[in-house]
Amino acid sequence: MGLEDLQHNFLTGTLEGFVKWARASSSWGANFGLACCAMEMMAAGAANFDLARFGMEVFRASPRQADVMIVAGRVSQKMAPVLRQVYDQMMEPKWVISMGVCASTGGMFNNYAIVQGVDQIVPVDVYAPGCPPGPETLIHSILTLHQKIRTGQITRRVTPAGVRQGAGIHLAVPHGA
Amino acid sequence: MSDQTPETDTHAAQESPAQASLHGCPSEMLFGAAVVHCNRDSYLELCRALKADGYVMPVGVSGVDYLTHPGRSLPEGIAPERFEVVVELLSLRDRKRIRVRCQVPGDDPHVPTLFDVWPGVEAHERETYDMFGIRFDGHPDPSRILMPEDWEGHPLRKDYDVGHVPVQFKESPSGVSAAGGSGTGR
Amino acid sequence: MSNTPVNPTRKATLLDKILGRVQPGGDELNELLEIKTDEGIQEMAPRGRTTDREMSIESGTPSRLGEGAARTAEGIRLDRMDVDIEVPEDETMILNLGPSHPSTHGVLRVMVELDGESIMRSKAVVGYLHTGMEKTGEELMYHQGSTNVTRMDYLAPFFNELTFSLGVERLLGLEIPPRATWIRMLMSEFNRISSHFLWLATNGADLGALNMLVYGWRDREMVLSFFEKVTGLRMNHNYIRPGGVAADLPDGWRDDVLALCEAIPRRMDEYDNLLTGQPIVQKRLQGVGPIDADTAIGLGLTGPLLRSTGVAWDLRRDQPYLAYDDVDFDVIVGTSGDCWDRYAIRFNEIRESVRIIRQIVDMMPGGDYRVQDKKVTPPPRNRIDESMEALIHHFKLYTEGFRVPPGEAYVPVESPRGESGCFIVSDGTSRPYRLHMRAASFANLQALPHLARGSLLADTIAIVSTIDPVLGDVDR
Repeated sequence: MGLEDLQHNFLTGTLEGFVKWARASSSWGANFGLACCAMEMMAAGAANFDLARFGMEVFRASPRQADVMIVAGRVSQKMAPVLRQVYDQMMEPKWVISMGVCASTGGMFNNYAIVQGVDQIVPVDVYAPGCPPGPETLIHSILTLHQKIRTGQITRRVTPAGVRQGAGIHLAVPHGA
Repeated sequence: MSDQTPETDTHAAQESPAQASLHGCPSEMLFGAAVVHCNRDSYLELCRALKADGYVMPVGVSGVDYLTHPGRSLPEGIAPERFEVVVELLSLRDRKRIRVRCQVPGDDPHVPTLFDVWPGVEAHERETYDMFGIRFDGHPDPSRILMPEDWEGHPLRKDYDVGHVPVQFKESPSGVSAAGGSGTGR
Repeated sequence: MSNTPVNPTRKATLLDKILGRVQPGGDELNELLEIKTDEGIQEMAPRGRTTDREMSIESGTPSRLGEGAARTAEGIRLDRMDVDIEVPEDETMILNLGPSHPSTHGVLRVMVELDGESIMRSKAVVGYLHTGMEKTGEELMYHQGSTNVTRMDYLAPFFNELTFSLGVERLLGLEIPPRATWIRMLMSEFNRISSHFLWLATNGADLGALNMLVYGWRDREMVLSFFEKVTGLRMNHNYIRPGGVAADLPDGWRDDVLALCEAIPRRMDEYDNLLTGQPIVQKRLQGVGPIDADTAIGLGLTGPLLRSTGVAWDLRRDQPYLAYDDVDFDVIVGTSGDCWDRYAIRFNEIRESVRIIRQIVDMMPGGDYRVQDKKVTPPPRNRIDESMEALIHHFKLYTEGFRVPPGEAYVPVESPRGESGCFIVSDGTSRPYRLHMRAASFANLQALPHLARGSLLADTIAIVSTIDPVLGDVDR
């Protein structure tokens, strides 16, 4: 039983607002830096750009303790099932930021080895373009995500966008969608 | 370091324009680099002899697939085959490099492993197997290294498609067709 | 047998279905994932299913057979008795580390067999970042090649571009102008500094000194903002191209560089106080993961890993490229080949790079920043508006590319990780026929079983950190 099971009404309205504010203000990232984008992600977390002021205090290595998975870097065919497994191990509510062009669409590597967009595997909430996106772009995408969390409906999860039937991973449509 | 004296005249022999040879295999200078060509049979012997000459560090082992190459010139006595195994070696004492090119036929691609000569070729040979399908006989761990275990095919072969996913609304300007050209028709 | 710990989600009960709480994926997905994350024989298997020769690699043995045996030309004959694991198999555990793990070295997966906390044997499973760059490189033209290779070792992008450009220039027979050479040297040395700062940061983090993560990045940002000023990008610059560099240094570059040369040594002294003199760091690094010179050479190790064993091999001095024989610098060499030596080498290489950069500032020649060879160099951008020939020239160069005569070349450079070189086979067209990058990290990672043998699990993290692998380089 969670908040997702409550019905919308005026009593829960303020509570929802509070919950959404809390979720947006302290969403912790899951450590999923893969390649060059990971360097910019760490730079965003370091002193010059400082993600801690946005509530992303730490990047948790354990997916059980993380809220946002920032897929930073190119996802190879070998890494794809691992990515999905880490995503599944995260607790609801969870969000995904696809950082960089390689994670969003496959980037400059349109070949046999790279998954052409991480939204083939996990549902993505925000895409951050760039090769690599500078820390400012990443912060913009995080703020966009926070905006989405604060204004979105918590009783409705985002549907996995772009998951093709032939991808081999069949996702049941989550409830409320 | 090793106290074996190298054969001092073999390197001088490479400079002469006539067919130079090193340990019985033809050698030449290509773009400033010393290159020795060999067939599969003389490959292991040649490498052992080079190690005794002082080439103690294996820089790398890789392969080349000459399937769609317009034609390369090889010295006499070396018949061109589909694959080549290229071994790059370094002598720290003499500050010299040498490259060994071994011809490997495409229908039965296998060569002896160099693991017993230099342990540092282990990962390179695995990668060459993964990418080209060239088997290294006697390699301690002949498994794929870069691709997933259940992958079929050897990606760097010329008859293996690069795997372009067609991008909507975009015709590739370089002439490689959006449907995934194999890179040969340019 | 899969060694990846899989946490199965609980089965959907009737209540779940009534309340509409169906887990996405469910059992079917878990089964699929369990199959798909299993890498078969690439993983470490229990001893009963591992051959003798493979056991010997995983326990670091062929290199442990001593000086005489490792150097024999005939080869190494192995016996099960040589693999000195006395602990019986049912008292050890095979543990899987990664590929997703907090050590900030990328997607490296290490499998270890542990007796308590000591490592008996270890195996690195790589390929999780394989990008097919060598295949992509065959599809791109030579002037696009820098964009591809620069993303291999993404911490030292200039070095990848440099070795690629040097190879192409060797094939073309181009002589590039002196200013281009010195600009390349300047950027390479700054890149060495920024890569070593990142190493310092992640090494500190791996040892537990998390504040080093912040300090190292603070200093790296100084260098990256200089890169942004010169090349336009913080990372993956595509600046060093065949024929020279993409653009000249901006006005006022000398002041920026000298300001950095003032700031960096001051910071290094701070870190000396913070890390080098600290007993905890010393205990964590001294005596950990030793390797001897003959083993290192036989394994093909280069860079700080090789220099820590006492072999003074640095390509900048022993096989100079660019203009390294015109500048004065020391090659830092260790004595015992342990982590402490590697730490000290990288630490002091930053100082040596600053020394080289000061000399570059004094000796930077004027002139062109790229070769004025019409076949290779596009016309300046402002001429395109004025002259039809310039427009056509630009168009042809960027759509058809320049042709490189058939041949092959391998020109290595000394990257922060070791010897990095691009082997190019050309066939007379405007695209490489074969592009192979000899990656320093790929060869260096072979040392892991040898270094990790007998150490504690926490030491393994320190060892991986001082090997400093960059997975983009390893997997390409």
